[in-house]
Amino acid sequence: MIEEVGTTELGELVVNLGPQHPSTHGVLHLVITLSGETIKKVEPHLGYIHRSIEKMCESLSYRQFIYVTSRMDYLSSHINNHGCALCVEKGMQIEVPPRAKVIRVLMDELTRLASHQLWWGAMAMDVGALTPFFHAFREREAINDIMEKTCGARLTMNYMCPGGVSFDLHPDFQKEVKAFLAFFRGKLDEYDELVTDNVIFQGRMEGVGYLSREAAISYGCSGPTARASGVSCDVRKLSPYEEVTGTGGDCFARYNVRMGEMRQSMAIIEQLIDNVPEGEFQAKTKAVLKLPKGEFYSKVETARGEFGVYIISEGATTPYRIKFRSPGFSNLSALDHMARGHKIGDLVAIMGTLDLVIPDIDR
Amino acid sequence: MNPQELKEKLEALLPSPTFEEGGEWTTVFVDPATWAGSARLLRTTKELDLDYLFCVTAVDWKTHFTMVFHLSSTTHRHTLVVKIKLDHEHPEVATVSDIWRTAEFHEREAYDLMGVVFTGHPDLRRLFMTDDWNGWPLRKDYEDPVNMIKL
Repeated sequence: MIEEVGTTELGELVVNLGPQHPSTHGVLHLVITLSGETIKKVEPHLGYIHRSIEKMCESLSYRQFIYVTSRMDYLSSHINNHGCALCVEKGMQIEVPPRAKVIRVLMDELTRLASHQLWWGAMAMDVGALTPFFHAFREREAINDIMEKTCGARLTMNYMCPGGVSFDLHPDFQKEVKAFLAFFRGKLDEYDELVTDNVIFQGRMEGVGYLSREAAISYGCSGPTARASGVSCDVRKLSPYEEVTGTGGDCFARYNVRMGEMRQSMAIIEQLIDNVPEGEFQAKTKAVLKLPKGEFYSKVETARGEFGVYIISEGATTPYRIKFRSPGFSNLSALDHMARGHKIGDLVAIMGTLDLVIPDIDR
Repeated sequence: MNPQELKEKLEALLPSPTFEEGGEWTTVFVDPATWAGSARLLRTTKELDLDYLFCVTAVDWKTHFTMVFHLSSTTHRHTLVVKIKLDHEHPEVATVSDIWRTAEFHEREAYDLMGVVFTGHPDLRRLFMTDDWNGWPLRKDYEDPVNMIKL
C-alpha cells in the first residue's frame, strides 16, 4: 500500500488519510488521488479491526453469539443484539411477551438517541466546531446512566436475549427517562441554534457529497444516508412511526434527517414510556437452543441503517454459517462516488454525515 | 408481486430456474453460466425491478459453494433470494458489480474470505485481510494455528 503513495503520471498526488486520523473515527485507511486539492478517487482500505466475527460465531452457541455482535456496531449494541435475538426467535418460533417487546423498543430508541448525539458532536468537530462535542457528550452521559442502571453496562449492553430481555427494568427507569426527555427537548433546540442554523456550517454542508436516489439504491445504502436521498427504507415503518426522509441527497440533507430522527425517537419513547405492559420480561426457553435445519433472515434499523442477520442452520447448537449485513459497509462503498470532484476538506464532511463506525464495517 | 406471481414471472423469464421451498422469501437457483444475463433481466424487467441488492453471502458446503444474493425492489417491495451453486475446486462466477454497484465491495469480501473468483470484476483484491495473506479464512477447512482460537 505504501508504494502507491506518490505522484502519478498525470501529476496527480496520491495521499493516505488514516488509518490513524481523527476524522475517520477509528482505523479506516483511505488512499486519495488528488489533482491539486480536488479529489479524483477515494479508495478505502479496510480490515484494521477485522476480527472475523462471522467465523467466531460458527463455534458459539445461539445464546453466546449475540454478545459478540455488541462489539460490531458498538454505538448501536442494543439494536444489533435485537436483530440477532429476532433471528433466533424466528428459527425457534419463540413468542416474545408484550412487556419484553416494549422494553426492547424503548432501549432501541434510547440507543438511537445516544448514537445520534455522538454523531452530532463528532460531525460538528469534523468540520471545525469543537464545542458541540462537549454538549453532545454531556447529554449522552444521561442516557448512559439510565442504561447502566438497567443493563449494568454503558456501551456493550448485552441486554437482549432470545425470548426477551435479560432482566426487568430498574424501578426508577420510567422516572429517569421522562426527566431525560424533558431535559433533552430543550437541548435539541439548542443544537439547532448552535449548529444547524449556523451559516458557516451550512456553507460546508449544502451541495456537498451529492448522492442521487438511483445511486443510493444501486450502492445498497440504507438508513439516514439513503433516506436523505429520498429512498423510503426504514425497517421500523410498520410500527406507527413517521419516517424521516429528505430530498436533497447532500450532506445537509443527511444531517437534517438525523436531527429529525432524534425528535421521532423521543416521540416513540414518550408514547411507550407510560404504557409498558405488566407481565413477564422473558419467555420460557430451553437452556440449549437448537435451531431447526433451514435459513433465517431478520433485519432491524440501527442508527446507521439496515442491519441484517442471516443464519444458516444445520440443526446443531451452533450456526453452520452466519452472515451479518452491516449498514456501514454498503454506505461506505458509495463514498468514492460522493467525494469525486470535491475538495479534500469536504471529504471529512462527507464521511461525517455517513456516520461510519469502523468495527461495524470490518466485523 | 406475491410469491406465486413472482414464481410464474421467473419461470417465464429465466432459463430453467429451480425453486427452493421452505424459506421466508421466494428462493431460486440460477445456473452460474447464465447468471450475468439473468441478473440483468432481474434488474431491468419492469414488473420485477429488483434494484436493491442488500446482502451477498458465500457459503462453503464442503462439496460445493453457494453464492446467495438477497434482492429486493424499492418500488414493488418484494424480495427474491438468488442462489448459485459453484464448483468447490474452482469457484468462479461472473460479476454483477456493473448492475448493482454495491456488489463491487460485497464480491471483494466473498473473494477475500471464501476465495470465490468473480470474472470481470473491476478490482478483485483482498478487502479485509492483508495482500499477502494465504488461504480463505471463512472456508470450513481453513486452519490457522496462530490466529485462530478454538473454544
